[in-house]
Amino acid sequence: MILRLENVSKSFGALKVTDGVTVSVRRGEALGIIGPNGAGKSTLFNLITGNLLANEGRIELLGRDVTRAPAMDRVRMGVGRSFQIPQPFEGLSVFENLLTAAAFGRGGREAEMVDDCARILEETELLRKANVLAGSLSLLDRKRLELARALATGPELLLLDEIAGGLTEGECKALVATIKAIHAKGTTIIWIEHVLHALTSVVERLLVLDFGRVIGIGAPDAIMVSQQVREIYLGLEV
Amino acid sequence: MYRLTTRTRAGTATEIAVIVLVVAGLALPAVTSRGVIQDLFFILTMLTLAQIWNLLAGYGGLVSVGQQAFVGIGAYAMFAGVILLGWNPVAAILLGGLAALALAVPTAFFAFRLQGAYFAIGTWVIAEVTRLLIAQWKALGGGTGTSLPREATSNIMGTDAIRTLFGVREAAARDILAYWLALALVVAVTGCIYWLLRSRLGLALAAVRDNVDAAQAVGVDVRRLKWAVFLIAAAATGLTGALIFVQTARISPEAAFAVTDWTAYVIFIVVIGGIGTIEGPIVGVLVFFALRSALADYGSWYLMTLGLAAIAVMLFAPKGLWGLISARSGLHLFPVRRRLAGPKIEGGH
Repeated sequence: MILRLENVSKSFGALKVTDGVTVSVRRGEALGIIGPNGAGKSTLFNLITGNLLANEGRIELLGRDVTRAPAMDRVRMGVGRSFQIPQPFEGLSVFENLLTAAAFGRGGREAEMVDDCARILEETELLRKANVLAGSLSLLDRKRLELARALATGPELLLLDEIAGGLTEGECKALVATIKAIHAKGTTIIWIEHVLHALTSVVERLLVLDFGRVIGIGAPDAIMVSQQVREIYLGLEV
Repeated sequence: MYRLTTRTRAGTATEIAVIVLVVAGLALPAVTSRGVIQDLFFILTMLTLAQIWNLLAGYGGLVSVGQQAFVGIGAYAMFAGVILLGWNPVAAILLGGLAALALAVPTAFFAFRLQGAYFAIGTWVIAEVTRLLIAQWKALGGGTGTSLPREATSNIMGTDAIRTLFGVREAAARDILAYWLALALVVAVTGCIYWLLRSRLGLALAAVRDNVDAAQAVGVDVRRLKWAVFLIAAAATGLTGALIFVQTARISPEAAFAVTDWTAYVIFIVVIGGIGTIEGPIVGVLVFFALRSALADYGSWYLMTLGLAAIAVMLFAPKGLWGLISARSGLHLFPVRRRLAGPKIEGGH
């Protein structure tokens, strides 16, 4: 297992946003996470990355207990992430965004990372804009940069947070193709997404969250026909 | 196939110009008056403080309004070294840096628990507390302050050689020595900041400034970086404070911990010149000195004009005067941007 969450909970005051989540992710797997807004999906990502610390439970990464480990330790262990709302380093160029991620995520010298950053920029169709300031990018390019920067950290486990949201059908297709290529190289992916057709074209399992609890996990086909999931997530009367 | 470049023609030209200016600056006392040397000392020390504050706020995102604490403690430590330990004033400047570093540790411990405006106010409060405590130190004059002893100021290392070299009196020789030290300090501080920004840490600083969460998500140790920047800035500010008061040879808590002199003017210089660039404080200090000279006789109008000028720049040129110049000309005298050069890149060849 690359990741194992055991009875993980997180509260903000009286509000429990993650409630006893238990899930394991195999190395090389692609797991999708769905759930209504406010279900605690992004909080779960923040708990995995260390941006938030769990109140209860245990998180294991590559067999090591990282429940109290800071975010940067987890990055260096191979956890890369994108943010739901793109958060580029706006005062840096696209290339410098990747260079920062590569230099600190992997702990190497800048000069050694140049070719790898260029390769990632090419894969994510950002190479042409390498020297453009990140603050001046369009939404699509910001999403691409989120993905590219996460890849630059050299992740074994890639967490994607609604990376297809707000994109046109064509843009979404291109992004899915890129994510499939990354997954095909063996990178484990956990992907939160509302664009279900994009998500189900990549992931092998779906996990459904509601009010911070796991209400279903399994193959996408089985999950999507589940009565409880259809009621809660899709809002359908069954 | 791909290359990383930071060098530009403007950057190389700046490096040559800096060397020429430093050599000319060292020789300047031979051809100019004591008044000019004193003005240059003021400009160089204010520029040093501005570059340090720019590192803190413009790159590190640490908007401190309590830098007067480090100027003051640095100056008082130098006085303590001279009066209580019998050190030579020039050697005692180093004590100023060490004392500021020591004060920065508890300051950071408390202030880093605060964010944004609360951090700024917190640093100010700590500076005021330090001023009140220092005012209780009777051996250094308490609330009214004290002067460097005559035997210490007449025996500063190097002044005899300067007197012989330039044929000047003791007081003028002391000014020349202080000016040379200020020149060395500003070159060292600016050079170190330039080196820092071109190093790996420069990327981390920019990342933290732009987005702390994202910086953590790519592996930047935000906490350690902020501590490092704060401590380095404090030590350099302490050295500068000690040097300023070697030149004045007189100290009081009000003068050494003056928020207007050591923080408000410094912020004005950085904001008006352009925050987040090395060029900005250089432009800012020249504008500040010009305004100060022109309005010196107009009392409170001087401060009001500075305030209006700062507001005008913030409204019409939020990146400062250098930001305006740089946006129009594309000029970067101290280039820190890494460019990817290679095929398929816009402007990559």
